Amino acid sequence: MDFGILLYVLSLLTVGGIYAIFALGLNVQWGFAGLFNVGIVGFAAVGAYTYALLTTAGSTYHLGGFGFPLPFGMLVAMITAAIVAGLIGLICIRLRSDYLAIATIGIAEIIKLIFKNETEITNGPRGINKIPRFWEHFSEERFYSSWPLSWFGTPEAWDAFFNSLPNWWWQPFFASTVLLIMYVIYRMLERARIAPWGRMMTAIRENEPAARASGKNVTARRIEAFVIGAAIMGLAGALFAQHLRLIEPTNTFDPAKVTFLVWVMLILGGSGNNRGAMLGAFLIWTIWSASELIITGAIDLLIDIFDGVDMGSLRTRAGFLRMMLIGLLLQVILQKFPRGILPEVRPASPKGIK
Amino acid sequence: MSKPILSLNNLRAGYGQTEILHDLSMFVQPNEIVAVIGPNGAGKSTAIKSVLGLLNISQGSVELHGEVITNTPAAKVVELGISYVPQNQNVFVNLSVKENLEMGAWTRPIGIPERLNDMYALFPDLAEKRNQTAGSLSGGQRQMVAMAKALMVDAKILLLDEPTAGLSPKYRSEIFETIQKIKNTGVPVLIVEQNAKQALAVSDRGYVLVDGANRHTGTGVDLLADREIARMFLGGGH
Amino acid sequence: MWNSFGFEFINFYFIPGLVLGCIYALGAIGITLTFSILRFANFAHGETMMTGAYLTWTVMAICSGVLGFAVHPLVAAVPATLLVVLLFLVTDRYFYKPFRQADTIKVVMASFGMMLIIRSAVQVIWGPNQLTFVPGIAKPNAYLKDWSGSIDFLLLIPNKHLFIFVGTIAFMMALSYLLNKTRIGKAMRAVSDSPDLAHVTGINVDQVIRATWIVGGACAMAAGVFLAMDIQMLETTMGFRMLLPMFAAAILGGIGKPYGAVLGGLVIGLAEELSAYPWIGDGPLLSPGYKTGVAFAIMVVMLIVRPQGLFKGRSF
Repeated sequence: MDFGILLYVLSLLTVGGIYAIFALGLNVQWGFAGLFNVGIVGFAAVGAYTYALLTTAGSTYHLGGFGFPLPFGMLVAMITAAIVAGLIGLICIRLRSDYLAIATIGIAEIIKLIFKNETEITNGPRGINKIPRFWEHFSEERFYSSWPLSWFGTPEAWDAFFNSLPNWWWQPFFASTVLLIMYVIYRMLERARIAPWGRMMTAIRENEPAARASGKNVTARRIEAFVIGAAIMGLAGALFAQHLRLIEPTNTFDPAKVTFLVWVMLILGGSGNNRGAMLGAFLIWTIWSASELIITGAIDLLIDIFDGVDMGSLRTRAGFLRMMLIGLLLQVILQKFPRGILPEVRPASPKGIK
Repeated sequence: MSKPILSLNNLRAGYGQTEILHDLSMFVQPNEIVAVIGPNGAGKSTAIKSVLGLLNISQGSVELHGEVITNTPAAKVVELGISYVPQNQNVFVNLSVKENLEMGAWTRPIGIPERLNDMYALFPDLAEKRNQTAGSLSGGQRQMVAMAKALMVDAKILLLDEPTAGLSPKYRSEIFETIQKIKNTGVPVLIVEQNAKQALAVSDRGYVLVDGANRHTGTGVDLLADREIARMFLGGGH
Repeated sequence: MWNSFGFEFINFYFIPGLVLGCIYALGAIGITLTFSILRFANFAHGETMMTGAYLTWTVMAICSGVLGFAVHPLVAAVPATLLVVLLFLVTDRYFYKPFRQADTIKVVMASFGMMLIIRSAVQVIWGPNQLTFVPGIAKPNAYLKDWSGSIDFLLLIPNKHLFIFVGTIAFMMALSYLLNKTRIGKAMRAVSDSPDLAHVTGINVDQVIRATWIVGGACAMAAGVFLAMDIQMLETTMGFRMLLPMFAAAILGGIGKPYGAVLGGLVIGLAEELSAYPWIGDGPLLSPGYKTGVAFAIMVVMLIVRPQGLFKGRSF
């Protein structure tokens, strides 16, 4: 059915766009500044939980929710992730890349540990649900009966209006919002990349001693890149929470499906290249979801052929096979195409780097 | 003139795109000490490293006993009998003196006890410190360990990169004495040195390198007496 | 002194901490060797441990199911060790070796990818659910219980823990012999000391690297099997859970210092268990849910205060 395909494409664009925002954030840290962050999932979780607690309706299961407006929740999600990154940066940024990797993977685990254990605040392993999703949230009573919608119509009228819409009405709007946010971040990062700041980041990454010798505050610049990248990841985390509407610490924030996928996306697309980051994200996400369809189809076929043989366990294992193949893909890219599809393009700097 | 053991013929070599040696030729004969001197950046250390295959030789050749070994990997060069003592970090600081010497014998792991005794005889200081870690020794003693380590294989020639850099005058003399002792055991020595005067004094022949090419060649005594060289490197005329 | 306080402390906190410490120690040896000789943090180390435990389980299952006799895990571990070492060597050859001359971070990334590949492969082959490694409740060693009880020093240590202690000590002695008395062991220390010098000394660095994987693989294998023996089950996440404490142990002990790694492992293991002891008041000092955090906290403090570790290892 054509309509199903449209919805499928919309969902690909939505999730692909969220991953693209993650990849843009990672590109600031890795592509620009050469910081090896393998704790993406931690910043995603901070952003997602911050957003969830701030925007959900009051609940007895967790702290809040405070029912704040959605954009406010997203803004604070960014700020919280940035603060966490700043603290980490002050401690870890001077470490050699391997140590930074160990430290970031550890911090991500600790963050998840906190969300899992502080049940008073986060409802622990049971997670937070009914997270408001942009556009769709207007069809909830608490939103259509308050401003700004209440200026335009009575709750009853809104209720009737939303009931008259097909249940997927918000999907194109949500997808567009994600893509718009992605585009805005992309434009901002492009500006930053070409600006003196971006050129300085390249100089630091290429030749740190020289950059230090010419009086640049390398540590401060690195922390900046780390914090900016983390803020973008926090925002992506908030969008991730909106997309899922239910988050919990363990499966939602599986390092394999967040940190690792984002890394593969950036490396495939081309580290250091913002367009590459986005291209990689959409490409990998498409492969990822298409492979699910293909593998499920193949298993259905097998079940049909070997009628009666229990193939149930195959289904549960198919997802892991996908992960393994993505892992192998990463190894192939690393060895054969280390620069990715869209290699980094140096900003022209006629007068050298100031 | 007897046949050279090691010869470098019209070498052009460098790191990556940067060429450091432009046209370098030198040779070492049996039973001689050859000193390579020259100002900083002349390519003295680079000359030695090019023998070890540590940088890229684009033209010319390195020959050992008349066989071409240009661009052979270091491990293989060592196996062929060319022993090399780098200027810095030339001992394994966490290994004992004895273990350092044993590692020196990696490519020829037979008769190690006998050769250890030979080395302790040649470097008496090391005999009593054999079980101390090399990192606990003084700079001069480390240099001894490094040289002994290099001699643990059946070295056909010994290459020393600035063996006296940063050492006190007392140790400097000691090192030069040892180098003569090494020559007397039948191993020719090629030294790259900043301390040109002392180096030339113990050397049979010397090369003066300027800008990656040899400028002067002669016996140690001749070079020492040369006015221009004296003015350039030996700190004033005499 | 040996009142109920001591009894509880020793049997329920100290001994389990020591057991965990032994497991971390063995795992950290491999990490510290790889870190100092190949110069990268191997993120796939925990997964290799986990794979070793699964392979051991499979050997046990084949023995009891097909051949009809049960074997002790430590016996089954021997053939499984060969497979794990092979896994290490193959991984190195195809996924790490291409990056030997490249930037360190490339190989760290490759090992990060291997972590996912190996775990997913295990999940595909053995399924994602928990498996029982050894069924039943481990009873305290009766002889030790009677003897210690008779001198008012009651110790309740199950056999599995005694195996782990003895096994760890045996591994340590073998490792110490290898590193100090054998040619290849000394060469491993030499490469760890200075790869460049090892190169121009003529040491066959490739051979040393292979030896490193074999030694690290054997230790990882032992750690994995000991862990499975201790918790009596297998999970695909068990390797990843161990990774952080093992890194912490290696850093605490000083990179490139195998004995440091052992001490670090014991310290981390004890710290994790003892942090749950009711030092103040009745409740645990730190909620057991935060155990993993203890290792991490120690590591971060170490990185700030003394990055070269207790034993003055290499700091990058």
